[in-house]
Amino acid sequence: MAQAVLPPGEIEVEAPVKAQGYWSTVWQRLRRDPVAIGAGTVLLLLFGMAIFAPWVAPADPLQGSMIDRLKPIGTEGYPLGADELGRDMLSRLIWGARFSLLMGVTPVVFAFFIGSTIGIIAGYAGGITNSVIMRTIDVFYAFPSVLLAVALSGALGAGFGNALLSLTVVFVPPIARIAESVTTQLRSRDFVEAARASGAGALTIIRVHVLGNVLGPIFVYATSLISVSMILASGLSFLGLGVRPPAAEWGLMLNTLRTAIYVQPWVAALPGVMIFATSISFNLLSDSLRSAMDIKT
Amino acid sequence: MLRYLVYRVVYAIPILLGVALVCFALVHISPGDPLISVLPADASVELQQRLLVIYGFDRSYPEQFILWLGRALSGDLGTSIASGRPVATEVFRAVGNTLLLAAVATVIGFFLGCLFGFVAGYFSNSWVDKAASTLAVLGVSVPHYWLGMVLVIIFSAQLGWLPATGAGPGGSGQWKWDWVHFQFLILPAVTMSVIPMGIVARTVRALVADILAQDFVTGLRAKGLGDLGVFFHVVKNAAPTALAVMGLQLGYLLGGSILIETVFSWPGTGMLLNTAIFQRDLPLLQGTILVLALFFVFLNLLVDVVQTALDPRIQRS
Repeated sequence: MAQAVLPPGEIEVEAPVKAQGYWSTVWQRLRRDPVAIGAGTVLLLLFGMAIFAPWVAPADPLQGSMIDRLKPIGTEGYPLGADELGRDMLSRLIWGARFSLLMGVTPVVFAFFIGSTIGIIAGYAGGITNSVIMRTIDVFYAFPSVLLAVALSGALGAGFGNALLSLTVVFVPPIARIAESVTTQLRSRDFVEAARASGAGALTIIRVHVLGNVLGPIFVYATSLISVSMILASGLSFLGLGVRPPAAEWGLMLNTLRTAIYVQPWVAALPGVMIFATSISFNLLSDSLRSAMDIKT
Repeated sequence: MLRYLVYRVVYAIPILLGVALVCFALVHISPGDPLISVLPADASVELQQRLLVIYGFDRSYPEQFILWLGRALSGDLGTSIASGRPVATEVFRAVGNTLLLAAVATVIGFFLGCLFGFVAGYFSNSWVDKAASTLAVLGVSVPHYWLGMVLVIIFSAQLGWLPATGAGPGGSGQWKWDWVHFQFLILPAVTMSVIPMGIVARTVRALVADILAQDFVTGLRAKGLGDLGVFFHVVKNAAPTALAVMGLQLGYLLGGSILIETVFSWPGTGMLLNTAIFQRDLPLLQGTILVLALFFVFLNLLVDVVQTALDPRIQRS
């Protein structure tokens, strides 16, 4: 397969042919996938917007103006209209990318590290350790994810940190489960047995033989969760459980603009378009990554 | 079969205990005094102590858990701090509405999802497949609370065809299957159906494409079986998994309805949770979540059993 992506000319020049690395193969496949390119570009733009918000945004996202409340899209000075307090929607959408992306991506990153650790330990240890860990994980599976997130952040109280914490708790069990099942399949493979027979300790085996083989599938699975996480995180803010007003965050903006759907419906719907675009891009990129990395789950 | 059934039921018991423990812990991870919402700001220390004893907050955690579990098992979920009514009464009145909404949404989502999934799987890699698959991706990626808002904007605010919020005259108690009430159900149910539609479509597409590629299908065609005959074979093979996915989706919707219920002010468990959270009514929060989680565990169990009963391949393994 690695041969197929090399131009024929190069094969003749370089002899013996140097085998192409796995990651460069994956990268080449991604580069040829128009869906991946499209989704990746959208995400790059969104992240760029979030990082460079102070320079990109035309106005102060928190500065309102009583006489400019609920201006329609295309008003002079307000290219995407103004919200219920007369704040520039375009600037708020740009600044909102910061909180929204942070709230959507961070829990999955945390959960990736915590869940992989738990899952690899459970899978490698097997026996009682495995049973205890996995049965505890099963309890969290007994809650639908939205319910668990709402329950935890509802009990902890509204706030950015609490929302992050709740979402992390929601995503640890599914990641741990994948990590456990991949590790369990791996530990009885011949090369792991061989390493064990030649005296390698558990830590060495995990570091050298297990990690490299399990992190790929777990990573791809985790990227597919970001889309869900974006929707859930903004959903928590929509319920008033995430960041507090007047901060700009897409879910919270949707919530405060709900009362305006009879006056400026399309301005009110804008923050949702951003959430939708982010979530669908992550979903598509994750699907492309899965096929580029040739992972079947 | 019977052994499997017994195993599954016995296995559900520790899960249920774990679920109860998590629900119990919810009150205790909550910062601040659990009595804060009932106590007047100038309450005396004496009154505070008396209420602590009445609500049982003065005992040790294990003791509180066992007492709480015992009461919950006998149907007593405590008293709502905000309304003063029993939590069980409030939850069971709301759960019917959520069940109605989630069931209708699941049925719509299942039919549309199967339709798109079948078409996509049958004509895999054609433009029909691409269109149906795109629709499925849109379905799983859309923030449904926003979709709900957009539908309200189009069908209520702009066209004025359907009501935007509520559950019809008489509120939660007097649901009837007539147009006066049914029109209130359409928008929330359609919004909610988008999630299972996307997931069912994805599953069914993969199943159908997979089954059609198997040798036995080639064999059936070689034998001279027509498209309709092959179709029945595909349905028979895909049904157990598709039904299982539908069952699980119903469970997810029951628990995940809070966002959609908030958008449409639908008087179900989601609205109850919303009230509980913002009035810091912890017994109500705890009770509602416990009941929803129990539903979910029960549905999972049911799905497993039905799937085993339907699919001889699982029974053999």
